[in-house]
Amino acid sequence: MIRSLPKSNVYSIGFKLYIIFYFVFLFAPLFITCVLAFNDSQFPSLPWKGFTVEWFTANRSDRVGIFNDQINLDSIWVSAQVAFFVTLFSVVVGTCGAFLFEQENFRFKQPLYFLMLSPLVIPGVILGISILLFSNTLGTYFETSWNLDVDLFRPGFWLVVLGQFSFIATLVTLVVSARLKKFDRTLEEAALNLGANRFEVIWHITLKFLRPAIIGAGAVAFLMSFENFNTTLFLVGYEATLPINLYLQVRDGSTPVINAISFLLIIGTSTAAFLHLYFSKKED
Amino acid sequence: MKHQRNWALFFFLTPVILWLFLMIVLPHIDLLIMSFRVENDAGKMVWSLSNYTQFFEEPIYWRTFARTAVYSIIVTFLTFVIALPVALYITKVVAPRFQGFLTLLLLLPFWVSELVRVYGWMILLRESGVINHFLIKLGILNKPVEMLYNDVTMILGLIYTSMLFMIVPLIAVLESLDNSLIEAAYDLGANMWAILFKIIIPHATPGIVSGSIVVFMLTLGNYLTPNLMGGKNSLWFTEQIYNQFIASFNWNQGSAFGFLLLVLSSIVVWLGLKLTRQTLRTVVK
Repeated sequence: MIRSLPKSNVYSIGFKLYIIFYFVFLFAPLFITCVLAFNDSQFPSLPWKGFTVEWFTANRSDRVGIFNDQINLDSIWVSAQVAFFVTLFSVVVGTCGAFLFEQENFRFKQPLYFLMLSPLVIPGVILGISILLFSNTLGTYFETSWNLDVDLFRPGFWLVVLGQFSFIATLVTLVVSARLKKFDRTLEEAALNLGANRFEVIWHITLKFLRPAIIGAGAVAFLMSFENFNTTLFLVGYEATLPINLYLQVRDGSTPVINAISFLLIIGTSTAAFLHLYFSKKED
Repeated sequence: MKHQRNWALFFFLTPVILWLFLMIVLPHIDLLIMSFRVENDAGKMVWSLSNYTQFFEEPIYWRTFARTAVYSIIVTFLTFVIALPVALYITKVVAPRFQGFLTLLLLLPFWVSELVRVYGWMILLRESGVINHFLIKLGILNKPVEMLYNDVTMILGLIYTSMLFMIVPLIAVLESLDNSLIEAAYDLGANMWAILFKIIIPHATPGIVSGSIVVFMLTLGNYLTPNLMGGKNSLWFTEQIYNQFIASFNWNQGSAFGFLLLVLSSIVVWLGLKLTRQTLRTVVK
C-alpha cells in the first residue's frame, strides 16, 4: 500500500503499469498535436510525409503558416489585450477583496464573503448569458430614457473583459487572501506607532509582503483569461478571441495551422508553468 | 485613527461591492426576471410561466437536462475512481525525490487551453485519425472506424478535461494522512480493501467532496467538449442554452434554461456539502 509496507510483485507492477498508462492518456493528445504540426501534409493526420516548418512560416496560396495568417494573429492579439485588462482589473479588485475580508470588520461580512465565492459554483455559460442579458437591459434603458447609445453594453471587447473579470477576480481574492493570512500584523502596528498612516503602511509594508502572491495570481489570471471559452462565447462581438476563433476552425474542419498554434500555446504555457513553479519554490 | 479605519474600509469595500453587485447579483436577478417574461400575441412582454412549462412539455428539453445531469454524475464518479490511485501513488508509493517532478508533470497538460486538448483527442480518434492509422497498419482493422462523435468519447473527453480538479485536492488531502495509521492497520491484519475503505477514503473525504463539486460543476457547464466530441445525438444542456440565445434568439426561453441549470448545479453542490457535513468555506481551502 505505501512505501514502508511489504507488497507483492504483481501488485506493484500492476500499480506501475496503471500510472504509466495514465500518463500516456494524459500526454497522448498534446504530443500528437505537436508532432503533426511538423508533418508535411495538407491534413493534420498520419501518414508521416516528412518534416517541415511550413505550417509556421509558409506564405503560399495552398499553405499559409501561422506567422503569416492574419486572422489567427489578430485573434491572438485580441486575446492578449483582453487578458491584459482582465488581469489588471482582477488584480486590483481581488487585492482589495483580500484586504476587505482579511483585515476589515463590518456588518454582513459573512454573506458578502459567500457572494464573493459564488462565481466558483456558477457555470461559466450562465455567467456569460446573465451578463449579456443585463448589459442588454442597461443598453435598452439608456437608449429609451436618455437616447444614449452606449457601446459598452453591446457584445464586444469590453463585455468580454467584464465577463471574464467577474469570476477571475474571485480567484485572485482567494490567492492573495491566503498570503495575507500569513502576514505578521505586528509589523503594521510597529509602522503605525512610528507615525505612518494606514495607507502608507499598506503601500510600504503589506503590499511588499503580498507581491509574490499578487504576481502569481496575475499570471494565473492572464492565462485563465487567455484560454477562456465558456463565458466569452456569449459576449464576443466581431473581434474573436483566440479560443473562439480556434473553435470555429476546429468545428468546420481543420488544417495543420491549428496544430502549429497549439504547439506554440503548449510550449508557451509549459514555459510559464515551469517559471511559475520555479519562482514559487524560491519564495518558500 | 477611527476615521482612517473607516476610510480604509470604504476604499476596499467599494470596488468589491461594485464588482459583486453589477456583475453577479444584478445580472442573475435580470436572468430570473427574463425567464418569467414572454411576448404575447400583441407583441408586448408579459409575465408568464410558459418558458418553464415549455421545458416540461417538450421532451427534448427535459431529456437533455436529465441526460446532462446523469452524465455529469457519471463523469464525476469515474474521474474520482481514475484519479484516486494516481494521487495515492504520488503521495504514498513513489520515491519522495520523484514526487515533485511527477506532480508537475501531472499538472502540465491543464495549463494548456481546453480547446487544444479536445483538438488533440479529435485528431487521435477521428476516422482519419492517428489511432485508426495504427490499427490498420497493425492489421487489427481493415477499414477505419469513426471513434469520435459518440457518448463514450464524449465522456472520455469530459473526464480528461476535469481530471486536474480531482487530483489536486486528492493529493493535498492524502499528503496530510499519517503513514503510521496505514502501517498500524496493516499490522493489525487489515487487507488492502479494508485500509482503502476504512482509513484512506474517510480521511480523504474533504478532498473528495471539493474535487467532486468542482468536477461536477465544470462538467455540467461544459460546452466545448460535448459540442466537439459528442455526436448529433449527444446533446448537452449548455448547447440548448446556446441554441436559444444565438440561433433562435429566444432569450427568455434561454434564460429559463440557464436558471434551471443554475438551480441544478446549486442543489447538487448543496447536497454534496450537506451529505458530507462540510461548508463551502472549508471546501474552498
